[in-house]
Amino acid sequence: MTQPFRTASGGQIDRQRPIRFSFDDRTLDGFAGDTLASALLANDVHLVGRSFKYHRPRGILSAGSEEPNALVTVDRGPGRVTPNLRATQIELHDGLTATSQNRVPSLRFDLGAVAGLAAPVLPPGFVYKTFMRPVSFWKRLYEPAIRHAAGLGRAPGQGDPDRYAHQYAHCDVLIIGGGAAGIAAALGASATGARVILCDEQAEFGGSLLSEPGVTIDGWAAPDWVREALASLGESVTLLPRTTAFGAYPGNLIGLAQRLTDHLAQPAPGMPRERLWHVRAGRVILAAGAIERPLVFPGNDRPGMMLAAAARTYLHRYGVKVGSRAVVVTADDSAYRAAADLHAAGVAVAAVVDLRPKPIGPAVEAVRALGIPIHAEMTIGGTAGPRRVDSVRLADGQTIIACDTVLMSGGWTPSVHLLAQSRGEAWTSVGACAGTIDLATCLRDATEAGGSQPGTFAVAGLPELAPSALPLPALPHPKAFVDFQNDVTTRDIATATAEGFVSIEHIKRYTTIGMATDQGKTSNINTIVALAAQIAQDPRAIGFTTFRPPYTPVTFGTVAGRCRGDLFAPIRTSPIASADAVPEEAAGWQRARCYPRTGETIAAATARECLAVRNDAGMADASTLGKIEIIGPDAAVFLNRIYTGDFTTLEPGQCRYALLLGEDGFVRDDGIVARLAADRFHVTTTTGNAAFVLHHMEDYLQTGFPGLRVWLTSVTEQWAVIALQGPRSAEVLAPFIPDIELGAMPRMSVRECHLGDIPIRLFRCGFTGETGFEIYLPPDSAQRAWDTLRQRDVTSYGTEAMHILRAEMGFIHIGQETDGTVTADDLGLGWMISRDKGDFIGNRSLSLPELTRADRLQLVGLLPNEPAMVLEEGAQVTEAGQGPSLGHVTSSYRSATLGRGFALALVAGGRSRIGARLRVPMPSGAIEVTVTDRVFVPRPAERPFVPSPPLPLLPAVARPAPVARPAASVRLAALAPATLLSVRAGPGAATAIGMAIGVLLPTVPCRSVIARERAALWLGPDEWLIQAPEGSTGLEALARRAPADRPASVVDVSQRFRALEIAGPRAAWCLNGFCALDLDPRAFPVGMCTRTLLGQAEVVLWRIGGEVFHIDVPRSLVPYVWACLEEARLEFADESASETPAAG
Amino acid sequence: MLLIPCPWCGPRPENEFRYGGQAHLARPEDPAAVDDAAWGDYLYTRDNPKGRHAERWRHLHGCGRFFNCIRDTVTDRIAGTYKPAEAPPI
Repeated sequence: MTQPFRTASGGQIDRQRPIRFSFDDRTLDGFAGDTLASALLANDVHLVGRSFKYHRPRGILSAGSEEPNALVTVDRGPGRVTPNLRATQIELHDGLTATSQNRVPSLRFDLGAVAGLAAPVLPPGFVYKTFMRPVSFWKRLYEPAIRHAAGLGRAPGQGDPDRYAHQYAHCDVLIIGGGAAGIAAALGASATGARVILCDEQAEFGGSLLSEPGVTIDGWAAPDWVREALASLGESVTLLPRTTAFGAYPGNLIGLAQRLTDHLAQPAPGMPRERLWHVRAGRVILAAGAIERPLVFPGNDRPGMMLAAAARTYLHRYGVKVGSRAVVVTADDSAYRAAADLHAAGVAVAAVVDLRPKPIGPAVEAVRALGIPIHAEMTIGGTAGPRRVDSVRLADGQTIIACDTVLMSGGWTPSVHLLAQSRGEAWTSVGACAGTIDLATCLRDATEAGGSQPGTFAVAGLPELAPSALPLPALPHPKAFVDFQNDVTTRDIATATAEGFVSIEHIKRYTTIGMATDQGKTSNINTIVALAAQIAQDPRAIGFTTFRPPYTPVTFGTVAGRCRGDLFAPIRTSPIASADAVPEEAAGWQRARCYPRTGETIAAATARECLAVRNDAGMADASTLGKIEIIGPDAAVFLNRIYTGDFTTLEPGQCRYALLLGEDGFVRDDGIVARLAADRFHVTTTTGNAAFVLHHMEDYLQTGFPGLRVWLTSVTEQWAVIALQGPRSAEVLAPFIPDIELGAMPRMSVRECHLGDIPIRLFRCGFTGETGFEIYLPPDSAQRAWDTLRQRDVTSYGTEAMHILRAEMGFIHIGQETDGTVTADDLGLGWMISRDKGDFIGNRSLSLPELTRADRLQLVGLLPNEPAMVLEEGAQVTEAGQGPSLGHVTSSYRSATLGRGFALALVAGGRSRIGARLRVPMPSGAIEVTVTDRVFVPRPAERPFVPSPPLPLLPAVARPAPVARPAASVRLAALAPATLLSVRAGPGAATAIGMAIGVLLPTVPCRSVIARERAALWLGPDEWLIQAPEGSTGLEALARRAPADRPASVVDVSQRFRALEIAGPRAAWCLNGFCALDLDPRAFPVGMCTRTLLGQAEVVLWRIGGEVFHIDVPRSLVPYVWACLEEARLEFADESASETPAAG
Repeated sequence: MLLIPCPWCGPRPENEFRYGGQAHLARPEDPAAVDDAAWGDYLYTRDNPKGRHAERWRHLHGCGRFFNCIRDTVTDRIAGTYKPAEAPPI
């Protein structure tokens, strides 16, 4: 263990804990508390990378996140390779494996460095100017070559196996930056009892104080004061080290990226690698400090060149001397402190070169007293050294000074990046980022900013520093670098201005200055100064480029967070299991595409399923259909305004096909409207439009037609649906229906009856054109009914067969035949427009000239003249196989019933073209088709109904409740089913209902009332959820009877939700992994309830105890919500049980 | 993500809401009495102000209510929200 440049003592490192790591092919030693950069410097490693464009050797410029040069790749195993990490931020740990970047084949000998020799031919705009012609060369030659030559680290080639988390948090005060000012602000805010989050991008709080052992605050050495101050902060302060505030967003939402495990040799299983915090802050205190500027002079980029303050940090914080013989070049007093400190540590300081004409003041005099020569009004004219600087030549052209280190200071740039994104929200800047240099002033101002009286702090040991001036710009020279990371020089800026670019935003884009991953942290001001000199302007008039998030790069995994794999998006599942089906995802649901038998292809299975429906009996799981219960005395009037038909003439027990238009007259959705009672309708929507239709109806009820006494309740998840279709369907069903005469049920009718002992709503309708039924039944009983029918030799059919069967009848499928530009008449459904019922939504638009043109696209059938041919959906339809399009194919299948391909198409003036021959152009040639009517299979005659003796249903099979992974601090369980009522009512009716059911309906938003075993949850100003023990059968009738003269809506929704309970000290934290609400007990007290989002699932969240929450989850989303909560609980899993898989 | 003060539920994160377009567009009392051009305007013509904008939102994943909101389209700051029948705050 050599570490030749490690000091004998001192620093914040732990010399008792040596650490072994590797860099490229070398194994090296450092100490706990080191960064990779400090450990490399301790081992005299200065050449750590090659530059972006010219492959120039580069070293370590800084000691912080502003580092432009020392970018390395860290390899943590397969899939865990992270490129472009700043060596100055990588914490050393055992086994750390880092490699340098952008060198071929090795760092010391790099072939790419030849680009540096060719520097004059790589001016700004080089790529655009050079690789123009021929165009075809771009993809094949230029782009690959440029991508190979440019760039830094390589992207990992495998999927990322790590976990990442998001966390929503709320605080009164967010303090960004945990240096002197940030800590003092936290002291001030903590004293007020405010909820405070203090974050810092470094592993340790303290900022520059950690590099100031000679400074005392209230008698404490600065690093010790930091520890004491942090320990004195109250419980209301959350400390987030290794956490970068990377962006500020509207509403004072701040993004923080927290590094959790990269610094650990062996992270705990289940721990996320990084956590992205969404912090909603009452106010923000920015204490982000300042960044020292490099100086711009020829050859200013060699390894060994470093910011002066960084050298002090390496010396005092890490116990590392950055060289043996240093030259300091500065436009600022602070670099004199570096000269004095390095001298004291035994580093020879050959000279201080000061750009200012007359450097004076205590810091300067202290250095002069050490006998170190000071060259005033001077700069460096050039440097030499192949892989590290070995000498500098002063700008006088004569003085050459041997050295291995050049320390630069061009003054300090406040870190205002985030402030620039705050858009006028409540922010306060304190400390160096507010331009305050004096430490005592920083501390005093910051405590006041925190909300307390200004603190008084006794600071000693700091020399007085004169304010710095902007450094004089260097003359244009090819090798005077302004932007190290993107290799941009003063000459590039000169070239850009010569070509007419004068705006700083244009200079940025043309030269790529400030566009690298460091966002120009060390180059922005120098760019402005250089540009100002070029165009002879005052630098202060130039302006800044936009400070964009992220402040430092955020890895993609962190951005994605938990939205990966199963949690990427919820897939809703039907209560009917279909293990033998080929699954497909449709509109967020998992549906059965078809049910192939062993060895059967999808096409063969689909054909078999279609024929079974046409000739025998088939059944499909249609549970995904949207269902809305519409209740109230004005329900029929309301439906008349929403749909095209006239529902005042619909008798109870009847149902009717319905079309819904937008106000623009175009078809938006279709469905079945069934009248259960005078004031009660059951409406279905398409699967994909369920949420839209409910939203659309609520919109008109709340804002368009207020005053109608109508209420809506989604019952999509309250009812599973089995579509039983085919000539044998009545015969199959009848033995299980004890209480009505199936044979007496007319087409398009509905009955509330029973299937065995199961209460159902039975619809005599279908989507196949066959005799058929849709059985609406409680999801808990759906599997039982499905399995019973299956035993009666009913063929299961999937969505593929469903589409073919409906297309054969010419039935439209919303989203396939419609695209938001299609009218009812275009679809041949003009007869569905009720002309004499009065106004309805979309009616006025139907008479607009554009909607009545004779050449509109109209739905027709197409039969390919070659019967085996199946057209492609979306294919264009033309007269002659080329020329203008007449329309397009909307649906196309092979029909087993017809034994041929057939299609539906929207064709201009299509109905007048029936019998015509048209052509569908395809890459292999035009396909000739004949235009036909859109009905391909005639509606079959009904078979006479033959009654049959009753049969029993299969017995119910209990399904086990899921079991959660053990985690004592946050427990998760599925609760027993309950009786749930959705009540929608005006104030008077609500009071009456509350009296009737024995629990008052709360009028305070988001609050609940519990009485005996019943609870009423406020969900909206006219909406409540009533909870009672399972089997409270009389409750619905009680509630419905109550209002008498004051109408209201009461709907049993017991099946719609399943309740989960999450409890324990970490319950709120785990919920906040997916829920953006403030769950602090002051913001979300016991008894509060609300609909909200948990991940992408809408749930009802109810706090029933300090650490106990109930979550009512739509039953199709239970697996998703369960998986989300398990994911959040993973980091708290009991260790002994960390391998136990969760039951779904 | 905006923080939107629902008139019923208080400030809530934007992901609970659904945007509803420009506010205060009254559906004509008798659409049949409106000529084609005026009806076309009602359907399709909208303001696109730089600055203060009255717009509709619905607390979709909350209390379900529609309401109106005055938002500055430049700064995204919300001056206030109010119930549908109410007048905009100043």
